[in-house]
Amino acid sequence: METLTHNIQAIPLNHYILLSSIIFSIGVIGVLIRRNAIVIFMSVELMLNSVNLLLAAFSVYRGDATGQVFVFFIMALAAAEVAVGLAIIVMIYRNTNSIDINVLNRLKW
Amino acid sequence: MDKYIWLIPILPLAGFIINGIGRNALPKAFIGFLASFLVLVSFGLSIGAFLQVQHTGQFPAHLFNWFSVLEFKVSFDFLIDQLSSIMLLIITGVGFLIHLYSIGYMKDDAGFGKFFAYLNLFIFFMLLLVMGSNYLVMFIGWEGVGLCSYLLIGFWYSNPAYADAAKKAFIMNRIGDLGFIIGIFILIVFFGSANFADIFPKAATPQYATTTPYVVITLLLFVGAVGKSAQLPLFTWLPDAMAGPTPVSALIHAATMVTAGIYMIARSNILFTLAPVTLHVIAIVGLTTAVVAALIALSQTDIKKVLAYSTVSQLGYMFLGLGVGAYTGAFFHVLTHAFFKALLFLGAGSVIHGMSGEQDMRKMGGLRSKLPITFITMLIGTLAISGIPPFAGFFSKDEILAHTFTYSKSMYAIGVITAMFTSFYMFRMLYLTFWGKFRGTHEQEHHLHESPASMTIPLIVLAILSIVGGFIGIPDSLWSGHHILGKFLSPVFTNSAAILKEVSSSQSTEITLMAISVGGALIALVYAYLRYVKNAHVPVADEEERPALASLSYHKFYIDELYDTIIRKPLDFLSDFFYRVIDKLGIDGIVNGIGKGTMESSKGLRLLQTGNVGYYIFMMVVGIISILFYIVFKK
Repeated sequence: METLTHNIQAIPLNHYILLSSIIFSIGVIGVLIRRNAIVIFMSVELMLNSVNLLLAAFSVYRGDATGQVFVFFIMALAAAEVAVGLAIIVMIYRNTNSIDINVLNRLKW
Repeated sequence: MDKYIWLIPILPLAGFIINGIGRNALPKAFIGFLASFLVLVSFGLSIGAFLQVQHTGQFPAHLFNWFSVLEFKVSFDFLIDQLSSIMLLIITGVGFLIHLYSIGYMKDDAGFGKFFAYLNLFIFFMLLLVMGSNYLVMFIGWEGVGLCSYLLIGFWYSNPAYADAAKKAFIMNRIGDLGFIIGIFILIVFFGSANFADIFPKAATPQYATTTPYVVITLLLFVGAVGKSAQLPLFTWLPDAMAGPTPVSALIHAATMVTAGIYMIARSNILFTLAPVTLHVIAIVGLTTAVVAALIALSQTDIKKVLAYSTVSQLGYMFLGLGVGAYTGAFFHVLTHAFFKALLFLGAGSVIHGMSGEQDMRKMGGLRSKLPITFITMLIGTLAISGIPPFAGFFSKDEILAHTFTYSKSMYAIGVITAMFTSFYMFRMLYLTFWGKFRGTHEQEHHLHESPASMTIPLIVLAILSIVGGFIGIPDSLWSGHHILGKFLSPVFTNSAAILKEVSSSQSTEITLMAISVGGALIALVYAYLRYVKNAHVPVADEEERPALASLSYHKFYIDELYDTIIRKPLDFLSDFFYRVIDKLGIDGIVNGIGKGTMESSKGLRLLQTGNVGYYIFMMVVGIISILFYIVFKK
């Protein structure tokens, strides 16, 4: 455990921040430009996990376990979200035979 | 006696509650009996109160503390003194006779129970008015009698004209009441109390001897009296009030309620004495009212309208009396007027009853033999009101005129001329009704009958009172020291008498004055006889042309039309303006404008809601980024 912490701290914090920012941006762009609901869903997961990464990194650097506890919470939340979200997508598919979000444009004035 | 004083007003109130609740369930005989009996018991108690006052002087009766604000305390107290004890006797005594009369008069009316309930309620409020020991209790009674007057004028409310008359009376009274209550407020501010017992002794002391507040207060109180007692310019409601059943006209609009204004001024006499300006105004208003109403009465054809204008005219006399400082005389006239005017109204009711509801004198005539008791009693009433000795009206009217003579010669002259008019129109009414040939339909002639005993007994009693009532106030010039009423009332007016210099004319002058007024009345009587009996003149029908002056009188000087033009029309116009411009355009415009604006702007804004999920997400990201930028670069 001691060595693991040491190894992590060997890489500068900036690298973690940069990496997670890139992953997060990829997630955002994925959500914005893709039309497939499942891909969008995956992009959302990407964003969540980039944050998890950042939280874990900070937690280690500060020697404070709170950040890692938070990560577990986010994982649990993401799992619940997947359960609900996938169910919705399945229902959408059954109704429209498609998971293209541009088909779902009837909720307007 | 003190312990039972509260019963005097409570008994009629109990009658109101019982008859009011059981108006449809109780038998008519019981309702009539209960209502009359309770007033009779009140009358008995009033006699007791009167005797005690005579014996020991005035006494208060504490009921309960009403409310208190800091130092200012108002308690619900009664004050029985010389003035109120006589008013108690008039209200319950004449009230009882009129209740008795109503049993016969209203026998066939569907609203029998309701009528007696209202009458009892009226008696209750009128008693509160005269018994109250402070202005606020008086004000409750003052408003209460106004309410009962409204209810009883509009008793046959299914006729829209009658309902309008009721509303007119109520609204006109409201104008006066506003002045009255403002006057009371200023009085409370000035003296720090509303109790008669606190105010009047203070007013007589030098430290309160400034004229201006008294002028303001008394003028405002007088406005109240003008409304309630039907003086110019607020008198037009009283003739219209004849829409009510005749006993109501006799009780409320002749004997009691309309004299409340005079009672109030007589009660506050010291305040008015300290404001000579107000007294002068009162004298002028009273005299003008007396003349104008008498002129109108000269040509009316409705028997009740003649009496109504005569009431207004007599009330004008009373105010003239108050104005010239003849408080006793004015109150004396209230007393005698209660007798003979109630008598005349009840007599007129008996005629109307006999004529199957006909009120137009042009359709009457020759009723002397058919209604003998009514005829004789009305003759007595007419003699009394015309001021022919030894009937009651002579003494009271003469006392007022004698004081007017010392006050102003020209006012006296107008007063005497008015007295001649009074005599003329009253005998005109009598001749048109009871002399000559019958002018009604055959049907009416067939039904003509003398009224039942319950109606004639009150007539007879009131006729006797109209004969002897004047003897309690024999002027000193005729029989010195026998003005019983004056002596009895003197404690009430002591302070005023000390300020007002008693200017008495010599005995020979006073007797000359009496001779003049009696002579005038007799001349008018004879002229009326020549015109309406010898020449059998009958007033022309409504459509026919009248001479200019007669037409002016017949149409009541167009006062109603004048009010219509200068008050109602501008008000209508103003309301219409406010309705069309301020309300429709202004207020509605703002409200509708807000609604329209919201709708129009949402019409544009709803286009943002495309339904495209990708677009929503994009906007969300843009939003989040904006917030981040804001937070980061805020400083």
